[in-house]
Amino acid sequence: MLYREAGQFKTTYAQDMAMFPIRQDRIAFILLLALAFLVVPLLAKLQIWPFGGEYLLRAILIPFLILSLAAIGVNILVGYCGQISLGSGAFMAVGAYSAYKFGTGINIPLAWLGTAIVIPPLPVLPSILLGGLMAAFAGVLFGVPSLRIKGLYLAVATLAAQFFFDWVFLRVPWFTNYSSSGSVNAPALNFFGLTMNSPIERYFICLSFVTVFALLAKNLVRGNIGRQWMAIRDMDIAAELMGIRPLYAKLTAFAVSSFIVGVAGALWAFVYLGSWEPLAFSIDRSFQLLFMVIIGGLGSILGAFLGAAFILVLPILLDQVPHALGIPISVETVSLLVFIITGSLICYLLIVEPHGFARLWSTAKEKLRLWPYPY
Amino acid sequence: MIAFGQFLEILIGGLLSGVLYSLVALGFVLIFKASGVFNFAQGAMVLLAGLALVRTLDFLVARGLPFWAAVILGVVFAAAVMAIAAFVIERYVLGPLVNQDGLTLFMSTIGITFVLEGASQMIFGADNYPLRLFPTDAWFLFENQFPGGILVSKLDVWGGLIAGVLVTALAIFFQRTKTGRALRAVADDHTAAQSVGIPISWIWFVVWLVAGLVALVAATVWGTKLGVQFSITFLALKALPVLIIGGFTSVPGAIIGGLIIGAGEKLAEVYLGPSIGGGIEYWFGFVLALAVLMVRPQGLFGERIIERI
Amino acid sequence: MLRTFFLMATAAIGASVAVAPALAQQNEQYVPALVYRTGPYAPNGIPFANGVMDYWNLINERDGGINGVKLAPEECETGYATDKGVECYERMKSKGATGAAYFSPLSTGITFALTEKVPADKIPLLTMGYGRSESRNGAVFPWNFIAAGSYWTAADVAIQHIAKELGGADKLKGKKISLVYHDSPYGKEPIPALEARAKQDGFTFKAIPVTHPGVEQKSQWLSIRQDRPDYVLLWGWGVMNPTSISEAAAVGFPRDKIIGVWWAGAEPDVVPGGAQSAGYKALMLQHGAGKYQVHADIEKHLISKGKAQVKAEEAGHVLYNRGLLNSMIGVEAIRTAQKKFGNKPLTGEQIRWGFENLDLTAARIKELGFEGMIKPMKFSCEDHQGADEARVHQWDGKEWKIISDYYTADRKILDPMVKDASAKYGAEKKIDARDCSKES
Repeated sequence: MLYREAGQFKTTYAQDMAMFPIRQDRIAFILLLALAFLVVPLLAKLQIWPFGGEYLLRAILIPFLILSLAAIGVNILVGYCGQISLGSGAFMAVGAYSAYKFGTGINIPLAWLGTAIVIPPLPVLPSILLGGLMAAFAGVLFGVPSLRIKGLYLAVATLAAQFFFDWVFLRVPWFTNYSSSGSVNAPALNFFGLTMNSPIERYFICLSFVTVFALLAKNLVRGNIGRQWMAIRDMDIAAELMGIRPLYAKLTAFAVSSFIVGVAGALWAFVYLGSWEPLAFSIDRSFQLLFMVIIGGLGSILGAFLGAAFILVLPILLDQVPHALGIPISVETVSLLVFIITGSLICYLLIVEPHGFARLWSTAKEKLRLWPYPY
Repeated sequence: MIAFGQFLEILIGGLLSGVLYSLVALGFVLIFKASGVFNFAQGAMVLLAGLALVRTLDFLVARGLPFWAAVILGVVFAAAVMAIAAFVIERYVLGPLVNQDGLTLFMSTIGITFVLEGASQMIFGADNYPLRLFPTDAWFLFENQFPGGILVSKLDVWGGLIAGVLVTALAIFFQRTKTGRALRAVADDHTAAQSVGIPISWIWFVVWLVAGLVALVAATVWGTKLGVQFSITFLALKALPVLIIGGFTSVPGAIIGGLIIGAGEKLAEVYLGPSIGGGIEYWFGFVLALAVLMVRPQGLFGERIIERI
Repeated sequence: MLRTFFLMATAAIGASVAVAPALAQQNEQYVPALVYRTGPYAPNGIPFANGVMDYWNLINERDGGINGVKLAPEECETGYATDKGVECYERMKSKGATGAAYFSPLSTGITFALTEKVPADKIPLLTMGYGRSESRNGAVFPWNFIAAGSYWTAADVAIQHIAKELGGADKLKGKKISLVYHDSPYGKEPIPALEARAKQDGFTFKAIPVTHPGVEQKSQWLSIRQDRPDYVLLWGWGVMNPTSISEAAAVGFPRDKIIGVWWAGAEPDVVPGGAQSAGYKALMLQHGAGKYQVHADIEKHLISKGKAQVKAEEAGHVLYNRGLLNSMIGVEAIRTAQKKFGNKPLTGEQIRWGFENLDLTAARIKELGFEGMIKPMKFSCEDHQGADEARVHQWDGKEWKIISDYYTADRKILDPMVKDASAKYGAEKKIDARDCSKES
């Protein structure tokens, strides 16, 4: 009834190709943005339930936004270009540590030239973006094998990147500014002269990054390059015969994906953790991201958000339910139950909806179109 | 002479500990061969089998049973647990997922991993349970030629022997028995196998059961080495480079891949490690595997991948 | 599918409404516990968590709370993962009438992350025997309390013990000492202290990393076998420790030449190795295994009534005792703070005052039933560690036997290190160090 596109005529190709061709979608999107940018901070400011205290903002929304961003990055590689990667955690780490190095200044003495590469400490925003850029380089480097290795073999091969970077950041003291313990602290979050420290401000930082990158990604996958990626995903040999260069398509996918993942990694380190060690970007993180993408829906930007919400929130929710209901079972049992329930739900979702939440969403939209009079 | 002795010692130690990885990798290969499922849950299955075995063993020994009888009963019980797990996995997860693509199946096995990890710790406990089935001390060979001799761990030798027996048994099972032949038929072509009357769900149950039993064997060796506890699931990750070097579909490949990875990473750690900081063996195996893949994208012994449009 | 999904979503929303904050109890002090009872480090996490919880419950059962203020304990499972620990912290920090009293994460990674967060939330972090060694300096780290000893203390005491076994510090010269460590901030912490001692005493020091979780150590021990160091220090946690011991046994390295840190010196570390572990030594965070007066109270008030978390036969194990001690220090800090702020639930900031003014005298330790377990400790604004002593115990195959007197770490070496490292941290974070002479 509400969701009916009758009477909306598209008179130009531009309208037909728009990101949200249906008016209701546009309104919903704007409402969502308004909710995220205005209502949530306002509620948090006024401490109205459920935003009493900082828990929801700090422990749920901020990690959710950052992981959604990372999931968008992974989705570009896995969902759009069909290259399975288990090394996303490593690219997050590359982003985080490079941003840290740029943020604290770089000094590489080149003794044999009698000079040195000196970069003064950069502000936080350029550091984060440069961190993403470094991750993109790493991504391209480890993407080269994808030209020859395919499918699950590639998935396992990307683990080489995961373990290699885990090791590099543990063992090369230069990356941690020779910190004795190997753990590093993020520089102060200073954006354009303002120090962002309260949870609301941090939430804004993440939200802005996510909005910008989600829109960029959405536009990228609708364009020429996105279509090349999808052609490669669906059948790389056929795509090659049609004149798409696999080298270019695959490596750009690796670069763009790793860039976004790297930015997410830098945010995770700077905004969420504040102090971190390589274990924060371990293989578990890679699996978590891959889960988000698959549960959310391969090849869908929306899916990245839905998947991130599901994988992040479900265990936290399950963890708190028995306590809130006053059921006296030990945390040990609860956390094991969380394992079992999460695992079974993942299997269940894969069985009933292998295309993820995003497909569910579009089915819902189809039904809504005809509601309440389906034929 | 000392240097050569050391080299020999590390080489032997590496080769043997590589065979221990192969024990875990074998389970992967079996399932991939028969159903195209990349079974990430193999590590969790080792944990489940080990916990079932060691807890029964402890229980029975505490009740005054002689050790050998307790071991037999424990193995029988653990095998039964693995059979139940195989049945449940086939019936409720992989059966409904038939004909999905490899990535979905792979993800579902990670879901299974979570369930197995949670359930096995919930039922059997989350502590570290020591298991002592094999001797853990070492032989010192050629003490006349090399000062201090060449150390060979008895447990590793046991592991090697067991792996040898296991591979022979599997080869006989695949080549000589009716179920084994049916299994190979299913591996070649699901639909064709089904149309000549091979019950696919039964075959898959058998495959998961066999993989479960392989996990049980791996658990006896690894449990003796590390104690049975949660970290045993990390073995799945150590088995992956073995798997890619050998190829996902080759049983002997799993053994040879294990030998290459084991020797390669131990030698690298000892000879290359100190100059670049140590702790390199975790990624070295993967990089070695990556290098092999660049030359042969299907692994050393994998079936050739033929692509058609 | 769509319908099922809607049902599930409704259920989830219903559940999250149910999770809405329950009414806080007015006259109770909320004490959160970050624990790990599952995952790779569970064998060590479980006994510690049992000790922490049992002591709090003992206070409630035996004394009716601290001066009438009941404790409201709650556990949150971290699984030793930093992000999960941070989530638990955010969830628990403002619960209860006055917010969380203090946190003890029992994980170096979580400690590092929380160190960044506690100054804003004004909650003390009690990290007994782990965490940032430089956080001893309370002027730069006002909220961290690295009670009883840091890894640098441990490293120093270990070297002192080796010197004593060799027959004097001068005998260290030319000796080889290797460190086998968990490759993480936890394992790396002692390296600067050991390097400093190596320079001073002239022994050769070598650090050998073991990758998390430490199930694969063959190459490390084969190279030790070739190297033949005089002593091996073991800085492991969880499954890494028993694996190290069994690998050491396999390569024939004498167990009584291995000295573990106090996190590598408990029952889960040696029991799996069976007879192989006999002779293995480890530092004690002052206390060791065994039962004392407080255990009798726990037996009487908790175990016999079925209210204890610990199994009767495991009371008195090393990590259980450490859990008790951890809670005891926390409870005494709250008690100290109550003297100033009144007998009511206190905020984290008030409890920090309690920590800084905590003076555990020998008489008080006896009163509390901990006599023989620990020596007196006294905290202050500048000293958040409170003690520098440690002992060494040895596993004889059945139980831990104390084999040394108290050693006192050499603050001449460690204090400048603490000062340098905390100054570096302060500069990085732009913290203005407090002036401790002006604190009341």
